Amino acid sequence: MTEEAAETWIVLGASSPIGRAFAREVARPGTHVILAGRDVDDLARTASDIRIAGQASVEVSRFDATDLSAHGKQAAHWAERPGTLNAILLFGTMPQQADIDADPALVLDCIASTYAGALSILHHLATHLEARKAGTVIGIGSVAGDRGRLKNYVYGSAKAGLHTYLAGLRNRLGRSNVHVMTVKLGFVDTGMTWGQPGLFLVASPEAVARRCLVAARKRRDVCYIPAFWLPIMTIIRSIPERIFKRLSI
Amino acid sequence: MTGILWGRPLMRWKRVEVTGWGRALRARSEVARPERLSDLPGIFQTSGTGGLSILAGGRSYGDSALNTGGSTLLTARLDRILSFDETTGVIEVEPGVTFRRLLEVFLSRGWLFPVAPGTGFVTIGGAVAHDIHGKNHQRDGTFGQHVTEFDLLTPRGLHLRVSPANEPDAFRATCGGCGLTGLITRIAFRMHRVPSPFVEVKERRIANLGAFLEAFEDAKDASYSVGWIDALAGGAKLGRGLMQVAEPASAAPASTPRVRARKVSFNFPAATINALTVRAFNALYLRRVPKTGRTRLVPYANFLHPLDAIEDWNRVYGRRGFHQFQCVVPYAAGERALRRMLELVVASRSASALSVLKRMGPGRAGYLSFPMEGYTLALDFPNRRNAPELYRQLVDVTLNHGGRVYLAKDALLSSDAFARMYPEFPDFQRVVARLDPDGLFRSDMARRLRMAA
Repeated sequence: MTEEAAETWIVLGASSPIGRAFAREVARPGTHVILAGRDVDDLARTASDIRIAGQASVEVSRFDATDLSAHGKQAAHWAERPGTLNAILLFGTMPQQADIDADPALVLDCIASTYAGALSILHHLATHLEARKAGTVIGIGSVAGDRGRLKNYVYGSAKAGLHTYLAGLRNRLGRSNVHVMTVKLGFVDTGMTWGQPGLFLVASPEAVARRCLVAARKRRDVCYIPAFWLPIMTIIRSIPERIFKRLSI
Repeated sequence: MTGILWGRPLMRWKRVEVTGWGRALRARSEVARPERLSDLPGIFQTSGTGGLSILAGGRSYGDSALNTGGSTLLTARLDRILSFDETTGVIEVEPGVTFRRLLEVFLSRGWLFPVAPGTGFVTIGGAVAHDIHGKNHQRDGTFGQHVTEFDLLTPRGLHLRVSPANEPDAFRATCGGCGLTGLITRIAFRMHRVPSPFVEVKERRIANLGAFLEAFEDAKDASYSVGWIDALAGGAKLGRGLMQVAEPASAAPASTPRVRARKVSFNFPAATINALTVRAFNALYLRRVPKTGRTRLVPYANFLHPLDAIEDWNRVYGRRGFHQFQCVVPYAAGERALRRMLELVVASRSASALSVLKRMGPGRAGYLSFPMEGYTLALDFPNRRNAPELYRQLVDVTLNHGGRVYLAKDALLSSDAFARMYPEFPDFQRVVARLDPDGLFRSDMARRLRMAA
C-alpha cells in the first residue's frame, strides 16, 4: 500500500494574521504548506514555526499580487507538487475610502491586488486544478462586497467582483471535482482593523482560520464568517436603494 | 462598517484602558500591536513623548506594563517558534510565545521548559523581563539562567545580540529589567528532556509554620516543591496548609483524566470574597488531601499551571481588583519573619485565599532579579481601604529581615524601599542610561520606583 496522498496548501497572502493562523491550522505531518507573500523575512519566521510545531514541510514563495506577468510561472511551479493541491486567497489592499476620495489614483492600487491580482493567480491555478480533478480553493471575500456603501465602496466593489468570479469558477471547476468556496468575512482583529473606531463583533484570526477549514471540509459554497453576518447582511441587502442612499452605515 | 482589511497598516495606535492582572491599577494609553518585526521601527518612532511600555501576557499583577498617558506595545502577535535543536534542546522563539503553547507543542515529544510560572499564559519575553522562577527554583534557578542568548532592539533601533559572555551588562540588566532596556525580538534558551507528560505529586497536610519549614528542609533535593498556606488560620494553626513535592513520572498512567476548562466571565460582586467564603474554600481545599497524604500522577499542565484551570480567575475579586504581595526573606530570618507576616494577615482579616510558600535557592540572572536564598511567601488580598496599610506593614517586616518584594507582583512599593531591597539597582541604572539614553522605555512602575534616571 502507498501512503495517503500528500496534500499541499498554497497560502496566498501568508503574512496576514489570518494567513499565519490558517497555515498553523493546516500544518501537520504529510502536509506541504507554501507560504506566498511579499515579506519573505516574515514568512521565513512563520515557516519555522509551522515546520517545528506542525511538523509539516514548508516553503516560502515570494509572491506579489500585482506582478501579473509572474503569476503563470509561479502557479506552474506550485503545481509541480504531487498529491492534492489546495489554495486559500487572503490578500487584498484596502485604502481608507477618504484617502481614495482625496487621491483617485488609489482606486487602481486597491483593485490591482484585491481584484486583478486575485483573478490572475486564481485563473492560472485553475488550469492546473482542472487537470488534476481534485482540490479546494478558498477565496476570502468580504461583507463589504455585499453592498456598495459610502464608507468603503471601492474595496467593496473589488470584493463584489471577486465574489462573482468565484461563483463562476465554482461552476467551472465543480465539473472537475475541485471545490471552490467563497468566504464573506466580517471584521477580524488584525492590524488593519486595529484602532478603527466603531467596530463591533470582531473575530480572532485563529477562529476565522478554523472556521474556514471546517466550512471547506463540509464543502460549503458560500459562507459568512463569523456566521452571524448572514442575518446582518441579509437585512442590509434588503434595504431599498431609495432609503439606503441616505444612510451612512 | 469598514469591511475587512489587509495590506499595509492603516492605524498603528489605539487608545485603550490597560490593567494589571490584579485589576487594582488601570492606565489609559495609546496601544500598538505589531504583527511582524518590520512594524517595530515605526512604532518606536511614533510612540510620542510619554514613553513606551511593553505588555506581553498581561499576567504581571501591578503596573510594570502600564504607562499612563504614554504608549504601550503588545507583543502578543510576535509569537513564532524560530528554531529547535533536538540534540541540544536549544529553542529560539519570538517574545510573545507563551508557556502554554510550548507545552502543547513539545511535551508530547518529551521536552519541557526549564522553569515554569504559575500560569501558562505568561510569555517567554515576560519570563525574561521578570526573570521568573517556579516550583523548582532551589534546584534549577530562574528562567534567565537558562537563556543562552537574545536579540534586543534598543530604543535607537539597534539590534544588539546579547549573551552572558558577549554583553554581560546588557544581559543582567534585561533579565528582570521589567522591559526597560529594549524590546527582545528573539530569545534562545534550553529545554529539558522529561520521561513522560506527567509528574508524580506527593501531597500531605502540614499542621503549622514550623512543620512547614521542616517539610521544606526534608524536600530540599526534590525536583519541585511548593506549599499552600491557609492564611486565615491563626494561633496554634498559624501557617497550616498543604505541601506538594513532585518528581517527573517515568510513564503516563494507564487512563488519562479529562481536563475541564472553566472560565469566570463576569466580575463577582465585591462581597463574595470575605473571611467566611475564603475560610470555607481553604478548609475544603486542605481536606481534599487525606490525613495520611496521597500520591498521584498529574499532567504537567495541571501541576505547573494550577491557576489556568479557571480562566480569568482574577475577576472573582470584583471590579476593584486585588493585590498580590510576594516577598522573599533569608533562611536565617525565615520563621520569625513569616510568622510576623502571617499574624498581620490573620489579624487584618483581609481574606487572602490560598497563599503560597516556597523555598528558594540562590539562583538569579539579573541585577533586579527577585530570588535570594530563603523563603518566599505570596499572598492575595482584595483592593480595599486597608490594603495599602497592610502592604506597607508586610514590606516593613520584609525590609527588617533583609528580604525583598517581587516586582512582577507589586503595585504599592515605595521607591526608597525598592532601592534598599535591590542593592544592584545602580548597576541597572548605569546600563539603562547606556541603552536608552533618551528614556523611551517607561512604565508606571518605573516612575513610581524611580527606576529610570
